[in-house]
Amino acid sequence: MKERLRNIRNRHHWWPLVLLGAGWFCVPLFANSYWTDVANFFGIYMLLGLSLNIIVGYAGMFNLGHAAFYAVGAYTTAIINTRFGIPLLVLMPIAALTAAGFAALITRPVLHLRGDYLCIVTIGFGEIVRIALINNPFGLTGGPNGVLGIDRPALFGFTFYQPGHFFYLIWVIVILVMFGMRRLENSRLGRAWNYVREDELAAEAMGIDATNMKLLAFILGAGLAGIAGTLYAGKMTVIAPESFGFWESVVMFAIVVLGGPGSIPGVVVGTFGMFVLPEIFRGFSSARMLVFGAAMMLMMIFRPQGLWPSQRVLRVRQAEGLESQGSAAGRPA
Amino acid sequence: MPLLQVENLTKTFGGLTAVADVSFTMQRGEILGLIGPNGAGKTTVFNLITGIYRPDRGRIEFNGRNIVGLKPHSIARLGIARTFQTLRLFPTMTVLENVMSGQHCRTKAGVVASLLRTTAQCAEEEKTVAVADRCLDLVRLTEVRNELAENLPYGRQRLLEIARALATAPQLLILDEPASGLNEGESLELRMLIEQIRQSGVTILLIEHDMKVVMGVSDRVIVLENGSVICAGTPAAVQSDQRVIEAYLGKEED
Repeated sequence: MKERLRNIRNRHHWWPLVLLGAGWFCVPLFANSYWTDVANFFGIYMLLGLSLNIIVGYAGMFNLGHAAFYAVGAYTTAIINTRFGIPLLVLMPIAALTAAGFAALITRPVLHLRGDYLCIVTIGFGEIVRIALINNPFGLTGGPNGVLGIDRPALFGFTFYQPGHFFYLIWVIVILVMFGMRRLENSRLGRAWNYVREDELAAEAMGIDATNMKLLAFILGAGLAGIAGTLYAGKMTVIAPESFGFWESVVMFAIVVLGGPGSIPGVVVGTFGMFVLPEIFRGFSSARMLVFGAAMMLMMIFRPQGLWPSQRVLRVRQAEGLESQGSAAGRPA
Repeated sequence: MPLLQVENLTKTFGGLTAVADVSFTMQRGEILGLIGPNGAGKTTVFNLITGIYRPDRGRIEFNGRNIVGLKPHSIARLGIARTFQTLRLFPTMTVLENVMSGQHCRTKAGVVASLLRTTAQCAEEEKTVAVADRCLDLVRLTEVRNELAENLPYGRQRLLEIARALATAPQLLILDEPASGLNEGESLELRMLIEQIRQSGVTILLIEHDMKVVMGVSDRVIVLENGSVICAGTPAAVQSDQRVIEAYLGKEED
């Protein structure tokens, strides 16, 4: 039995990944500060993609307002830091909890909505948060100008201020989160999210509290987006509502869908496609939306399962492929 | 104390009374068949017991506890598992993963335990796989445990649903037309399987149109027509009951 479990868990060889990771961690030694910063935002968007992947990929709920949770994390960090001077890394868990709590509060009443309906409500949440930030409630958010003068994160007296410093801070967190996600998706919770996504009624009949699982997906996803918000606030030292608009939510959603919902490598590929490629082809930025639109259409037609689909989806496709081959072979000539 | 006691169960949809004043009890270890013409309200009775619908009137007691108003997942946790008339598997997950779903409500590892992969969590995962394998073995699907559920032939998907329901370790198993779409040989195997499940200590409530199956395995049979119980008794008694014959074949004109 133990043997069998080990087989399930260790079907991957880890060393190419470790090598790749080690290579990646050498990037700041060679890259200039511009490209190091591109890598930093690559990391922040990956965190956002991974967090949204819990909601969209694992649990199968459309969420086009994820920037709201990102904003709550960033603003919580910024406001508490500028008023009380509490260090950023201490605020990180607080930002995560605030974003998670906010998610629990606003999504609980709408969890019974499905598909497009939930999607529309989350767009509404995103807009409400953005407009609320602009309206400067209680003089907290600084209106359209946002919050200025946020501290840099510091650890044991070391302050992260150069792009290279941030690279290590962000990417250590990204690697930890990827590791955690991997464990989560192979746990009873990860499976339960998939059951709910596949057939909610059947999942309920098997004793799974679907509402609870969906709420948990939103809470974890939002909490992780809150952590990304803290990193963003510390990186920029200035945050404004325009950084948390609908477009940000769309980019995060596209990262998950482009890469393949429910797939961690998919998030890497999706973030690369949605964020790093546009940076590389900055010279052609006037054609960006054109290429983007065309790419989306081609994806829908030729690879709707995403660039690097989750193993489960991959298995489905393979099985279908085998089946069609089999029937082709079985056809009399 | 009876395992399940249903009293004066009534459910209307708009002006249509789907279930009217249905009462019956089930003793531990028995197999009760529920038959009736199409639209008699059999599946509605199942949906009421499993919490998918809420009855307008009546009581449902399971182990002496009123379960009316509980959500389906709580009822499953109490020990009532079901299969669906129209198959509702998790199509893009493997056969094993499908059956593992049953153990979700019998395990309790949370986010932190799953992230840290604690000893308790690992033990739970092992137990989940072990229980799932045992259930697959019972319905003889071990060889396809890593196939996707949607790639199984229809008859095996039906068996998979039964295995998945058994994985919740139920006291009462509710089977909604398990033999529909099965061929002669498969339904014979199904009868043996139902008998085997009963011998393992599970009480079974069965809706079935296949009279060979339902009369062959049931200890008692209840006949529903237009939402009401018209007859209850042993298979032999029910088969010779005039009202039942009329319900199925129509009244003889003279």
